[in-house]
Amino acid sequence: MRTISYILRKEFTQIFRNKTMLPIIFIVPVVQLVVLVFAANMELKNIDVTVVDRDKSSTSQRLIAKFSGSPYYNVTFSEASIDKSVDDLYADQSDMILHIPQNFERDLYNHKHTDLQVLINAINNTSASLMNGYTQSIVMDFNKNILLKISQRQPPMTDQFKMESSFWYNPELNYKIYMLPGILVVLVTVIGMFLTAMNLVREKEIGTIEQINVTPIRKHHLLIGKLVPFWVVAIFELAFGLSIGYFFFDLPIEGSLVSLFGFGCIYLLVALGIGLFLSTITDNQQQVMFLAYFFMLTFILMSGIFTPADSMPEWAQTINYINPFYYFIRAIRMILLKGSAFIHVLPEALSLLSYALIIFSLALWRYRKTV
Amino acid sequence: MKRFFAFVKKEFFHIFRDFRTLLILFGMPIVQILLFGYVITTDLKDVQIAIYDPTPSEVTQGLVHKLESSGYFIVDQYLSSPDEAESAFKTGDIREVIIFEAGLAEKLQRDGKGDIQLLIDASDPNMGNLINQYTRGTILKYQQQINEGPAVSGGIEVESRMMFNTGLDSVYMFVPGTMALILMLISAMMTSISIAREKEMGTMEVLLVSPLRPLQIILGKVTPYVALSFINAVTIIVLGNTVFGVPVKGSLLLLMAESLLFILLALSLGILISTISKTQQVAMFISLFALMLPTILLSGFIFPIESMPEILQWLSVLMPPRWFIVIIKNIMLKGAGMPFVWKETLILLAMITFFIVMSVRKFKVRLE
Repeated sequence: MRTISYILRKEFTQIFRNKTMLPIIFIVPVVQLVVLVFAANMELKNIDVTVVDRDKSSTSQRLIAKFSGSPYYNVTFSEASIDKSVDDLYADQSDMILHIPQNFERDLYNHKHTDLQVLINAINNTSASLMNGYTQSIVMDFNKNILLKISQRQPPMTDQFKMESSFWYNPELNYKIYMLPGILVVLVTVIGMFLTAMNLVREKEIGTIEQINVTPIRKHHLLIGKLVPFWVVAIFELAFGLSIGYFFFDLPIEGSLVSLFGFGCIYLLVALGIGLFLSTITDNQQQVMFLAYFFMLTFILMSGIFTPADSMPEWAQTINYINPFYYFIRAIRMILLKGSAFIHVLPEALSLLSYALIIFSLALWRYRKTV
Repeated sequence: MKRFFAFVKKEFFHIFRDFRTLLILFGMPIVQILLFGYVITTDLKDVQIAIYDPTPSEVTQGLVHKLESSGYFIVDQYLSSPDEAESAFKTGDIREVIIFEAGLAEKLQRDGKGDIQLLIDASDPNMGNLINQYTRGTILKYQQQINEGPAVSGGIEVESRMMFNTGLDSVYMFVPGTMALILMLISAMMTSISIAREKEMGTMEVLLVSPLRPLQIILGKVTPYVALSFINAVTIIVLGNTVFGVPVKGSLLLLMAESLLFILLALSLGILISTISKTQQVAMFISLFALMLPTILLSGFIFPIESMPEILQWLSVLMPPRWFIVIIKNIMLKGAGMPFVWKETLILLAMITFFIVMSVRKFKVRLE
């Protein structure tokens, strides 16, 4: 026990002595959290639409007014030919082109049918389908009125089923409180895992590991001593990030903080354990950094932080069983937003616990006191 | 010149000797493209829902069947009371609970009206929105089906054309972003760490007293990474094209030239980072925080820049990947030429100049 406390003291001194690393550990993540929560936004607003109105009738104008009246669209007009206007899409001047052909109104009244062309920049498929959806619904709405007027027909019954939707846990559909916990998990992990991984390898690279190896310090003493400081730092960051979320972003804390931090502690064991394990199988900081970076990036993208994990193919969901991010991001969102109790995330916690055991045994096994 | 080549050779040896890093270096772009192509989707599929139906009837069963056969939903459980909704949500997997009013079928016959309540787990707002839309759509379709009334025809018909990505594949969006990410990572991060490493190990001193000029040392350091990054860029384009059918509509030559330009930019950024950091650890964390997350989040890679708050839009202007992604998209997917990318190209050039000037001013020939 005494040995461990000495190692701990050494590690803490080393952390707080390094004046360049301190701001990187404590300030940069906070800045990132604040900036990125605003950036990670899938909401679509400000669609730039270029209107090419060849008809210039009262009907076409009323239709355009529908678009300019909607909060989603920024309407600009183009007098150029349709081929020229498409250049706007190429130049990213506009996201969508609405082409109202000549005789739009006449066809509508005489033949009860007319076409409206919409060209959408579809490189971002999600935005494109949303834009298409909005446009269709605006036109459909407009259509209903027009049809009534020109055919004097009874509108079809549309509301037999009266549907009432209620959005639970996030009634304002606030994307920020959904993303904040996810980004927080990433930041905490980056700090914890990388610091741990780099630390031991650094001793190897500089050669000080040999000095430690010849002391009576036991393997597990050293590993515990290396782990605990960063574990503490990471938990502190977690708490700090949560307070920022709570005070500045209206992040709800529906569940109990005890279960959240309990879960977080277990998770960080895994994250740091992975860092430790990586450091035992590599020889220099560049290597370990690269390995850690590779696994992190893959795991983050698969974790469901940006896109729902449920819609991934079966095999990817299987891989997610060894993805620590997946467990914690899921759990932190459940606890914070839905108020799930610890019992609800118990399976995840148990998986992480066994994960921690395995990764520590591996690290202990791989760590050699000989060079 | 001979000395310089000897130095470059040494650097190549350093890289090739380290098999693990090399494997990741070449494996990473492949894994990422495959991930983006197959795994990362925002499509709605197999959403687990729960049903509360106090009076099962032909109508409600037909509705449930319609929902299930849409491919979007899987009915995971039937609740025995609406109060169970809460615990169904809290255990995590149920995303929507549909509550049919008691005696729905009879009411429908008698009054022509029936109530359906949709409770949606909106903790993920996008999913919540989509689930709501799809459920309503499916129920409306069922309604049309049982009415067998004449479909509303005529009026204005919207003819949508999805330009540049007819099949609405998400991989189109991700190929340019992945290129930016990988090139940034390999060029900037690897160079900065490799130079910081010489400093930390003290071998930088040895290099500085050698007959090699400082410029030669730096150039020698970056040359291998130019080659590696370029190979990776080509890998990504080829893979995107052969496996996922992402086209290269514009000029391949221009695309390659722009990639090279971006590689140079990332390298000069890497050099700048290495001049201001004394240890590998600092270099790594600066690269990581200054490059990784902003490259993913502030460059328009995943999240559209237009939806960000004004300040962040300005901030994203400073992100080199943002401009590179625009260039790649324009050349590869839109088939645009120089007239549509010259502005972005100039911005990249200006950034390179800035980074190089800064590095030269910061570069110290002496170690303290």
